[in-house]
Amino acid sequence: MTGTEMTGTEMTGTGMDGTSGSASLLTVAGLSVHHCQLQALRDVSLEVPAGHVHAMIGANGAGKSTLLRTIAGLHQPTAGTVRLDGKDITGLRPERRVAAGIALVPEGRRLFPSLSVEENLLVGATSRRNGQWNLEAIYDLFGWMRDRRQQRAAQLSGGEQQAVAIGRALASNPRVLLLDELSLGLAPVVVRQIYALLPQLAASGMTILLVEQDVSQALAVASYVHCLLEGRVTLAGPPAALTGAQIEAAYFGVAAGGNGRSAPPGTSETAAPDADQPPGART
Amino acid sequence: MTWVNAVVQGIMLGGLYALFACGLSLMFGVMKVINLAHGDLAIVAGYVALGVVAITHVPTVWSFVLVVPIFAALGYVMQRTLLQASLNRGVLTTLLVTFGLSVVIENALQQFLSANSRSLNIGSLVSDSFSIGSHLTIAYLDLVILLVAAAVLLGLQYFLSSSRSGRTIRAVADDREAAQLSGIDYRHVFGIAAAIAFGTVALAGLAFGMYTQFDPTTGSSQLLLYAFEAVVIGGLGSLWGTLAGGILLGVAQQIGAQYHAADQILAGQLMFLIILVLRPQGITSRRELA
Repeated sequence: MTGTEMTGTEMTGTGMDGTSGSASLLTVAGLSVHHCQLQALRDVSLEVPAGHVHAMIGANGAGKSTLLRTIAGLHQPTAGTVRLDGKDITGLRPERRVAAGIALVPEGRRLFPSLSVEENLLVGATSRRNGQWNLEAIYDLFGWMRDRRQQRAAQLSGGEQQAVAIGRALASNPRVLLLDELSLGLAPVVVRQIYALLPQLAASGMTILLVEQDVSQALAVASYVHCLLEGRVTLAGPPAALTGAQIEAAYFGVAAGGNGRSAPPGTSETAAPDADQPPGART
Repeated sequence: MTWVNAVVQGIMLGGLYALFACGLSLMFGVMKVINLAHGDLAIVAGYVALGVVAITHVPTVWSFVLVVPIFAALGYVMQRTLLQASLNRGVLTTLLVTFGLSVVIENALQQFLSANSRSLNIGSLVSDSFSIGSHLTIAYLDLVILLVAAAVLLGLQYFLSSSRSGRTIRAVADDREAAQLSGIDYRHVFGIAAAIAFGTVALAGLAFGMYTQFDPTTGSSQLLLYAFEAVVIGGLGSLWGTLAGGILLGVAQQIGAQYHAADQILAGQLMFLIILVLRPQGITSRRELA
């Protein structure tokens, strides 16, 4: 079980000319990451084809966020490679990866609290990549934002902040959008609104890799799901092909048809609603 | 009328302190670097100006045209090399490195340029003044320094709040990692902030050298302290607060001096302590940079 989706066209060669025949836009191969002594990721491989939505699920501390942060360049792996459209970007600094077309919406939103909504979006456009996502397009996507663009980000509610965080990432016109725990600390109704955007983004050709603790949400939106357990991919496949028992086993690391532990969070309940979270709070 | 005079003189002295302090405030706000060599850099600027004038024979008053860009460049280079390297090793390392830098600068100046007091000679400009009424006398130099300080702080505030670079600086100050994820090379932004800080402290050093005398120890024994006090009184990270803090400090010192010349420094420190007790977050409570 490698967790690697085998695409039809097997790629050989380095693809440095940018015209590789691979259907995979984002390729992670043999990735291992250490936080000091602790190994957060062990030999993780995955491929996300262009225009697809893939989800990483797994319990707290499974390494999901570490994987996204490593793809975004915030952690340097001890082994393995990250490729974008066949081009090795493992050594690039985070800001260079943004310029290459990778944008991460970080866990906890991480807006610039003293900047206005519009300034947050403008900072997101720093890399000046060309594409459809200018300020107007983002304001069209989130209607309320245009009227409140002068407001400080710290004064927004959690859901509004998450929308601005997504807008800020879109402003860099990414080819690959990484979403880390979008639903964290948000009311279910807000989470549904935000997730409803993803098919629209994918349809525009954007490739999405999202991390989600809410398994039902991940299964609903993704065309392919990877389950991480203690830094390893324990299960991978399209949601339709995976049974609840399989997911449960991969999620908790117990044998399939296990010992009566409860289902993964989100299959029966959702994260605690917290729409009135204090502005700027980070979780 | 002597008290009015003391307050007016204090306000003008406060402008100078604010000019010293804004670079300190900016470096702390953006990089969380407490630059203990800040005062010494101002003094170095004074010596560099003496050298520039000796070599190029430009009028002393205009020496800033060369000295400020030199210091801005020095600031960028030092941030990208020494300070960035120390930042990568932790906050305490930065404190130690800038403390060491302060010691090195002070002793190098004493070794090579002697411990004698120097000043930037601007001829009769230093004493030219005009009178308002019969008791209030204002020196042109003091007024010009205050106006320059206000212009620099105003300009800096405008730059930070309205320009693209300023927005980037505020973003990095808010959240360095999120800035990286938005495509910003924060090390370059740090360099720009350091360039501004070094440029303003050089300007302050020149103003101080024209205003009074300096020697190699002036930077760490007086200027750093005043700059710190202005920043803390005003509230960390607020440029307007820094200007207000500098002016409060200057006024307190001048009023103290009105009682007795030896009480000037004491009065400033007392005011600082009172503010710390009554309003430890500073007189402006805004936490953000601009």
